[in-house]
Amino acid sequence: MADVVRVVAADDPLRALFSPAGELTAEARSRLGLDAAALRELYRNMVLIRRADQEALNLQRQGELGLWGQFLGQEAIHVGAMTALRATDWVFPSYREFGMAMVRGIDPAEMLTLFRGLSHGPWDPRRYHFAPLAIPVATQVPHAVGFAMGCRLKHGDEVVLSTFGDGATSEGDWHEAMNFAGVFKTPVVFLCQNNYWAISVPLSKQTAGSIADRALGYGFPGIRIDGNDVLGVYAAVAAAADRARQGDGPYLIEAVTYRMGAHTSSDDPTRYRPESELEAWNAKDPIARYRAWLEQQGIIDEGTVAAIADAAESAAQAMRARLTAMPTPPPGEAIFGRVYSNPPESFLREREEFESSLEGS
Amino acid sequence: MEPVTMAKAINLSLRDALTRDENVLIFGEDVGALGGVFRITDGLQKAFGEERVFDTPLAESSIVGIAVGLALRGFKPVPEIQFDGFIYPAFEQIVSHVAKYRNRSGVPLPITIRVPFGGHIGAVEHHSESPEAYFAHTAGLKVVTPSTPADAYALLQAAIDDPDPVIFFEPKARYYLKEEIDTAARVPIGKARVAQEGSGVTVIAYGPTVSIALQAAKTAAAEKISLEVIDLRSLSPLDMDTVMASVRKTHRAVVVHEAPVFCGFGAEVAARISHDAFDLLEAPVARLGGLNAPYPPARYEKLYLPDVDRILQAADAALAYG
Repeated sequence: MADVVRVVAADDPLRALFSPAGELTAEARSRLGLDAAALRELYRNMVLIRRADQEALNLQRQGELGLWGQFLGQEAIHVGAMTALRATDWVFPSYREFGMAMVRGIDPAEMLTLFRGLSHGPWDPRRYHFAPLAIPVATQVPHAVGFAMGCRLKHGDEVVLSTFGDGATSEGDWHEAMNFAGVFKTPVVFLCQNNYWAISVPLSKQTAGSIADRALGYGFPGIRIDGNDVLGVYAAVAAAADRARQGDGPYLIEAVTYRMGAHTSSDDPTRYRPESELEAWNAKDPIARYRAWLEQQGIIDEGTVAAIADAAESAAQAMRARLTAMPTPPPGEAIFGRVYSNPPESFLREREEFESSLEGS
Repeated sequence: MEPVTMAKAINLSLRDALTRDENVLIFGEDVGALGGVFRITDGLQKAFGEERVFDTPLAESSIVGIAVGLALRGFKPVPEIQFDGFIYPAFEQIVSHVAKYRNRSGVPLPITIRVPFGGHIGAVEHHSESPEAYFAHTAGLKVVTPSTPADAYALLQAAIDDPDPVIFFEPKARYYLKEEIDTAARVPIGKARVAQEGSGVTVIAYGPTVSIALQAAKTAAAEKISLEVIDLRSLSPLDMDTVMASVRKTHRAVVVHEAPVFCGFGAEVAARISHDAFDLLEAPVARLGGLNAPYPPARYEKLYLPDVDRILQAADAALAYG
């Protein structure tokens, strides 16, 4: 049995940063190496993405978007994780990572064209190192692992962030990808946004075991942390990314949070979950908590908070204005334009026939 | 060059691709030290190293899934699915991502997925299937299948060079067909070939059924019946120009494949001929294929699959029609 890998504490630099309950220790918090401006930036980004999220929901309610999936309550994960990465590190998101994409610098108005029914993937993944949203659950996890295998083969120093929800951990692709990552020791950080709900199915019906502990079975460590603490998420992702960059392989972070909104604008959570859950989680709101801490540390004052709120408000209005002014691409291009690099003649003929059928109408 | 088997031709094609382009990677189940269960990758790991030719865990969905990630990182992955009947776990990755990634993101995925397919090998269940129609039905994929060693070599080169994903179906029962091959010859994806010229009935085949159609043509010739055999080579895109040029000459067509007739690829070919040559046809287009039942135990496969006699009967019926 000598060849069975046992994950030992020495492999796990994160363990020392967190209490057994997954809280960042006071000592670790004091050693993050983030100056006051960087700490304020975390706050600013959380406020900006929450306001954009709210504006997207407004746009959906007003008929400007076909669908919206809020990430309300998960801002600490979006901002903490993205801040811990380098711009060259790739991110393979699921479909609720709008805030992560904003932090990466993708224009939110451009992103919303996806939910406006104009595009399946509005940004160039190579420009932002941010893969397209993956709607079939967990199917993006093997992509992240394959990309990370490629980084090793090319001797690159990038790290890959693979993010998904608690529901994804039930899918075969998730287990397969975790296994590949362990076998090939790929530089990938798995980040589970455990928000307790997969549409209407609660975590208790999704799994009987610990998500974080599953990593051990694949030959690498995992940890369960408070996903509503932006500094905790930052510290965890930074440490796991460092470890991966040094060639020590994958790490699984289970960041515990809560989906405060509906699954999407088409969902009605009053049919399956009690209001009391929301009240309990409201008390742990990631932005309010962090703001209280910043105020206590004297890093932020009322004036800065108000200025950030104003900036978020105008950014949301500007996003709305840009979105509603976006041109509608011509149908021939939208339907046929990106399918093939090297389109077959028969495919081009079908496009021509389609386009000429539109000319008379 | 000495005559080589189709198995060797594919091996040479992979070897030449690995030599020509350092971004070509080969991986799958047992493709390393063993050289694959059909020995198609024989010697490649030894020649190119474990970074470029490697065994993966036994998980088809992720074999294709990592190919997506590797392609995004700049590689040209050539994964192998060990048998036709084992491709289904990878179906979601192929249909939802490999086929649609460029359409979604603008980023091309130069992936070639090799799949031994078809029957006639006396195997247990799941080793003799013909799932090509599932993939030909999916826009964004190209689907090809050779019937000769020369085409196997050249089509695989074209598939690996193509910037878009290609499903490369290898007719495993024909792995040991032998002929001389010209490694400088090019076969573009999307061009059918006339495998046997004739004038009476067009027989349209691909992959494993091409050699059966050629045998039928030989037998028919002895009875003064002339069959023209078209080898489609590429199912998507489909070269209807070559098919129609033949049907305009013969006015009769029979489509033959191993997959069940019901919703099989022959339905597409028959419908297109019936539509485009409606005024020319002297007989309804006939479809031959496997029975509409799951692939049978090996003792019954000869009865299940189309053979020379069924092609001759269909040709006779087409000639006698009306």
